This record gives sequence, structure tokens and C-alpha cells, in this order.
Amino acid sequence: MYRSHVLVCGGTGCTSSGSQQILETLKAEIERNGLSDEVAVVQTGCHGLCALGPIMIVYPDATFYALVKSEDIPEIVSEHLLKGRVVTRLLYKETVTPTGIKSLEDTDFYKKQHRIALRNCGVINPEVIEEYIGTGGYQALGKVLTEMTPDEVIQTILDSGLRGRGGAGFPTGLKWKLAKGNDADQKYVCCNADEGDPGAFMDRSVLEGDPHAVLEAMAIAGYAIGASQGYIYVRAEYPIAVQRLRIAIDQAREMELLGNNIFGTDFSFDIDLRLGAGAFVCGEETALMTSIEGKRGEPRPRPPFPAQKGLFGKPSILNNVETLANIPQIILNGPEWFASMGTEKSKGTKVFALGGKIHNTGLVEIPMGTTLREVIEEIGGGIPGGKKFKAAQTGGPSGGCIPAEHFDIPIDYDNLISIGSMMGSGGLIVLDEDDCMVDIAKFFLEFTVEESCGKCTPCRIGTRRMLEILTKITKGQATMEDLDKLEDLCYYVKNNSLCGLGQTAPNPVLSTLRYFRSEYEAHIKDKHCPAGVCKSLLTYVIDRDKCRGCTLCAKTCPAGAIIGTVKNPHIIDPDKCIKCGACMEKCHFGAIYKK
Amino acid sequence: MKSLEELKAIRERMQNQVNLRESGGQTATRVVVGMATCGIASGARPVLTALSNLVQEKGLTGKVTVTQTGCIGLCQYEPIVEVMEPGKEKITYIKMTPEKAAEIVERHLIGGHPVEKYTLNSADVK
Repeated sequence: MYRSHVLVCGGTGCTSSGSQQILETLKAEIERNGLSDEVAVVQTGCHGLCALGPIMIVYPDATFYALVKSEDIPEIVSEHLLKGRVVTRLLYKETVTPTGIKSLEDTDFYKKQHRIALRNCGVINPEVIEEYIGTGGYQALGKVLTEMTPDEVIQTILDSGLRGRGGAGFPTGLKWKLAKGNDADQKYVCCNADEGDPGAFMDRSVLEGDPHAVLEAMAIAGYAIGASQGYIYVRAEYPIAVQRLRIAIDQAREMELLGNNIFGTDFSFDIDLRLGAGAFVCGEETALMTSIEGKRGEPRPRPPFPAQKGLFGKPSILNNVETLANIPQIILNGPEWFASMGTEKSKGTKVFALGGKIHNTGLVEIPMGTTLREVIEEIGGGIPGGKKFKAAQTGGPSGGCIPAEHFDIPIDYDNLISIGSMMGSGGLIVLDEDDCMVDIAKFFLEFTVEESCGKCTPCRIGTRRMLEILTKITKGQATMEDLDKLEDLCYYVKNNSLCGLGQTAPNPVLSTLRYFRSEYEAHIKDKHCPAGVCKSLLTYVIDRDKCRGCTLCAKTCPAGAIIGTVKNPHIIDPDKCIKCGACMEKCHFGAIYKK
Repeated sequence: MKSLEELKAIRERMQNQVNLRESGGQTATRVVVGMATCGIASGARPVLTALSNLVQEKGLTGKVTVTQTGCIGLCQYEPIVEVMEPGKEKITYIKMTPEKAAEIVERHLIGGHPVEKYTLNSADVK
């Protein structure tokens, strides 16, 4: 038995900032100090505060160390683990107060969060099934198999009000009910772990931090709809998630929590992994199932819906990772518990991946109905550098922008749709005054053009034409007629594409047009990019009065575009300038500006 | 897994260990062991281990946190263990051993009655 547990984050974020080496050093130092029998080292999943990684938490006192380096480990071991003296300089500074150390749960980042899907992330070792069981794991499966009928399970999920967390928000219980209603010799439960939105990593973190929760939920779903086989479709670009899923499946099989006659009942269920090659369209349900079948991942028209004819032509359900992670908790705590959180039509919590111009880049789980202001200013810690908030982008390439005027809107499925965005899978990218909205729309459209599978014409050609117009706008070559044409094309592509990818691809353009039309017009009429992003519309100029003639800019310029002699004002040759901005960064006198 | 009992057995075995991480250092009662050089030299480490193990074995992790602290200046009385309960005066135990620690867990942490004979108050401190 250990008196202290040291948790080291092994999520992708912290791993990329060196947590594996920290883990090794920590084990070696603990050994060297003869503490191996007293202190346990536990590798966990993501704790959310990725911006401060690598993260290390020491229990039982819950000391939270941030930005830990290998060199710090000997001090932490000899001071804290041995003598009990907290290494204050390495603490997450939010927890340090004049009167002592504040609990992590009381920090701005954590205090408004409510972790259900992420409940075990950063708490248990995802590679040890016993730890999951220790926090109540597989109890829900046991309860379902021994005490509930499949209809009761479905009713529980329906009553909880849980809606799909992948983005569209379809009621999960209804999906299950439809699949159960279709008789067949074989049915399938699929898990969509093909998280592809730029900037989104909620599902990856759940798989890395709590893989058994997903397995347990899939088995529950299998029991509810009458399926004996499950597939997890996960991106090959998520190596840590894939590895932990493999370990989890092996352990669950070994303990006979997957396999035949689970808990001595008639119910048998097994799960296999299928690795996706990273095509965005494979997150669409019909394309995903086609890909599992071993064919080229392309969508097909619906109906028939997967609940009727899905994988291998059999009734199937597809649930997102985060959706599934909620299921065992709903079974154990009851549908009323879940429905007590959130708004009228959106129950429970939602995980968001915060990114862009925000202090606390990372993962947060908040009750539905939390306002954007709370998420960005309180939990996210606001925008760095005192810049002004411009918009939040949600839903990735399928979503849209929420401007400052909607800062106080409670976040739920229906509210976001009513203001022209969508929940999406949970990516939340914060944009400030230095971001150009036309450029943002162009960025997402470049992504969809690249990822369009090409099966239907509106999406394949329509999105490309839209991108061409956007490119013209950012170069200052477009006319107001082009803008009308762009808008028409948006509606055309939206209404005529085969699957969700094309149907939602115009959203980033439509929502920026809705709230930031003046920026588009400035690019077209005034040949000016208000945020100073679009290079073709910028000129760098040296202020004659401020320039001291130090020649630093001329030496820095990679294009040799700056002319001048020592102690005389320099000038930039606009024909040679490549607008890289290097001179502006170097100038000590603030003499170079963009116009 | 052929029965719910099997699952329950694993859960109970693991629960107290995992609970150590859930309390978040916010339990009502705190047991603090002096682990400065003086404490370690007089044998505080086995005391700390014994306390920590017993608290986990007896399923007290949800209520009691066992941690270390530095030197409180009474080096000749080390190993020192302090028990802090909300709304009660802090009890300081001196010259602890793992055996005495077991008594404290049993009688003080579980039973609710401080073991007077080991406290600093009972010693003749000038």
C-alpha cells in the first residue's frame, strides 16, 4: 500500500512536452531515495490544463505542479515526497494564495467545470483495469445485465435527455430504440472515434484517459439493441489512444468483461478496433461504416438509415466517444440526475477543447447552458496580451463564429444553431482583433476542399469555387458581384450535397458573412484587410521620423527589400517586399508599421 | 467475470487506493507527520507508512488525509504526529512508533478519543 500517489499526465499534450522522460526520471529518483514502497507513480490521461504541461499531481494533498522539467524531479522527490515540503516555485500559480495553497477545485479553471465524461481522466491509470473498477467501473454493465431489460435501458437513456456529442445532437436513446426495433440475426454497435475537426481533441483525451468507460458503454448499448459485436473506428493518427484501447480490450477480455456470457448471463459481446487513415469524411456515419467494411470511405444517401441497414447491411448504431463516456454514469446515477444538469433541451455537460487566443489552452467539461463569457473569461482565463475578443469559432469546418454580441448566450445545441453556428464535436477556437474573419473562413474552406471525398458534385466542385472566390477576396481582386455569387453558392452547396460534410461546409462562410460582412466589404471595396492579416492587401512602411538608421531591419530582411544608409531613415521597396513582417519584429524604435 | 460479487471484490480492494486521489486533499481530518531531518532521523518514516497504510486499510481515505510536514521546532520529541480535526483543538502526539500510531488510528481516528498518554500535553514540557 502506498502513502502517496504521484500522477503524471500521459496524454498527447503532456507527452509532447516531455512527460515520458519525467516519468522515467521520477521512477529512478524515487528508487534512489528508497521510496519505491511508499510512493506510487501513476501515468494518467489528460487533466485538461494542456497549456501548463507537463503536469504532475501529488496525492493525498493534491499538490498541482505545472510546467515540470526533468531537472526539477530530484527536488520534488527529496523535498516533497520525502520531507513533505512543497516545492512552491513549481506550483500552478493559480493555486498559490497569500494565505496558503488553494485546492485545485477552487481555481478558476476547475471550479465551474463538472466532469462526467472526463471523470476519470487524469485520475486513474488507463492501462490498469482494476483502477477503473475501483472508481465504479463495469458496475453499470453489471447492473444492466442482471437487473434491467433492454427496454428499460433504452428508456433510461431516453429519459436522461442525452444527445449525440459528435455534433448533430440526435437523441441517443431514440437512436438505440430505432435499432432495437429492427429485427436481424446480427446487429452492430459502432463507436465514432474519428475525431477530425482542426483543434478538437475531446475524444482523444477520453480514449487516452478512460478507455474502459467507452468499452463498458458499448457493451451496454449492445445489450440494449441486441448486438454482439462492436467496432471502434479510431484514427491511426492517435497512437496513444489506439495503444490504450488495445490494452483495455485485452484486459476486459481477460477478465471476461468482454466475450461470452458476461457476468454469467446469456449476453455475449466483443469489440474490435478499426483504424481510420485520417479522412475527415469518415466521421460521417455512412462513410465510416463503409470504411469499416473495408471499402473506400464514401457516404451514401440516407434512408436507409444505419438503424435499418448499417454496417454490413445490418441494423447498427454509431455513437461518439464522449456520448458513450456518459452512459455508465447515467445508468448508475439515474436519468433524473443527468437531466437535472443543463438546459431545457440540452441535458448534461459538454467537453470543449479550448484553443486559439486564450490563456488556458486545454480541455474543459461544463454543464450545458454555461455562457461563452464564463468559458472564455473565467475558465479560459481570457485573451492574452490584453487583446479584444472578436469571435469564438465552434464546430470546426462545419460550424461557425459566435461574435462578441452573443457573448452571454447559454451554450446548448439549439442556441448555437439559432445564431448560425453549431455545437460540433466541441472544438472552441478563440479569435481576437488580430484575426481576419475572411481568412478564417478561407482556412476552414481549404480544409473541406481538401477533405471532400468527391462523390457528389455540389461538394466537390462547389466548395472549390467558393474557395477561389474567397482567395480573390483576400487578394483584393474580387468584386461585389463575387460576394453575391459566393453567398448563392453557399446555399446551393448546403442544400444539394450528399452528406453532412458538404451540407455544413459553407457554415464558416455564412456565419462570418452574417456577423462580419463589413470585413468582406473592406477587402473588396477598400482593398484593405482591417485585421492586417491578408498579405496581398498590406504594405509595410517605415516612419521617417522614428527611424534612426540602425540598419537592423535591412540586415534582417530576407528579400533585400530595405534600402538605406547608416543613421539615415530607411525605406522599404514595395515591389521586393514579401510582407513577412520580420523587420517590424526586429525594429527597436517602433518605426515600422503596416497599413 | 462470472458474477457481480467478483467485480465487487476487486472494487473494494481498489477503492481505498483510488480514493486517495479523489479526496483532493480536502478531507475533514488531517494527520500530519513531521518529516524534517530530525523527524526522519528519529524514525518518522515507518510511522508515516504505518499511518497511511492503516488509514487505507480501514477505509478512512474519504475522511482522513495523511501527509508530511517539516520541523515544528520540538526536535527532541520527534517523531511528531499532529491530528487536526475541524472544530477541535489540534492534538500533538510525540515520540511516535508504528505501534503507537496503530493505537491512534484505532482509538482516535476511528474511536474519536485522543490517546492522552502520547500527547505533548501529557509530557512534561518546560
